[in-house]
Amino acid sequence: MMDNDLTQYLDYALIAMLLAVGFAIVRLRNLFAVVMLTGVYSLLSAAWFVSLDAVDVAFTEAAVGAGISTVLMLGAMLLTARESEPAGQKRHWAALAVVAAAGAALFFAIPDMPVYGDPNSPANAYVGMDYMDRTPNEIGVPNVVTAVLASYRGYDTFGETVVIFTAALGVMLLLGFGTGRREDEEEDEA
Amino acid sequence: MLDILIERFNYIPIIILMMTGLYVIIATGNLVKRLVGLSLFQTSVFLLYITIGKVFGGQPPILVDSGHGEDAGHGAETAAHGAETAAGYGADAAHYAADTAHYAAEAVYSNPLPHVLILTAIVVGVATLAVGLALVVRIRESYGTIEDDALNAADYSLETGSSE
Repeated sequence: MMDNDLTQYLDYALIAMLLAVGFAIVRLRNLFAVVMLTGVYSLLSAAWFVSLDAVDVAFTEAAVGAGISTVLMLGAMLLTARESEPAGQKRHWAALAVVAAAGAALFFAIPDMPVYGDPNSPANAYVGMDYMDRTPNEIGVPNVVTAVLASYRGYDTFGETVVIFTAALGVMLLLGFGTGRREDEEEDEA
Repeated sequence: MLDILIERFNYIPIIILMMTGLYVIIATGNLVKRLVGLSLFQTSVFLLYITIGKVFGGQPPILVDSGHGEDAGHGAETAAHGAETAAGYGADAAHYAADTAHYAAEAVYSNPLPHVLILTAIVVGVATLAVGLALVVRIRESYGTIEDDALNAADYSLETGSSE
């Protein structure tokens, strides 16, 4: 299993870079740098998605997470502020306490989670594989993710477009398009 | 105990990344950076779901044989049959047939369901992000600041009628 070994090291490298970028986002106060690093973070996670066999998620994350989100945040940053104030000391400790407690609780839950890559874990064994078996006969589309998204869970996707429509409407109302107050590039999400 | 953690190594960095996002949300008073923290947290949750759906030695859930499952099974059988009969004639052909049969029969796919859920979540996430940023822009227009300490002070002086 030489292949497996190599991708494993790629995963470790990507995880290390994700952690480095995450900590850099915490430390930096220049909002431009923070926003650009968020784009980098999205792109790195997209790379990890490819290695985790989630190619559809990867290109959506690369296009929407690293592309559109970054553009939206850059636009908002240009309209608001370039620097963030440093966090107060009291707030720093409060945040650290909350994070430590939540993180400890999550670590405590790790042994209950399915083993990484286990094909027989409850998460992987039932309904997902059922979709794999049924799709060729019922839908006839080779890409199972597309089949589930557009057919089995079509109403879900329809609801998603309603959410996007509502969000676009909310953004337009908040920023007052068409009332001659200000023109922005905020409403064009996919 | 260590075995349990090593088998589940993927959760450890993901939890750390989640907590990084949570820390940014709580510790920073800047509203844009707070939304950045929210999207950090969100991306980490996506990673959590996708790593759960990973199957060892799996491939992306795109069927190798275009379309028809019955045909795929059939193809595997005939190919295996072909492998047996062709063994006498040409080692290459036999090898090829055996390979394809093996590939079609043994193809392991990762779980497509988390992928579908996360695809929806990514798009909904960017929609909520857009609304949040629009709110921040409006707050900036009304208050002239996006630091929440300054916003609280402005609200306080508005309520009490005192001008600081």
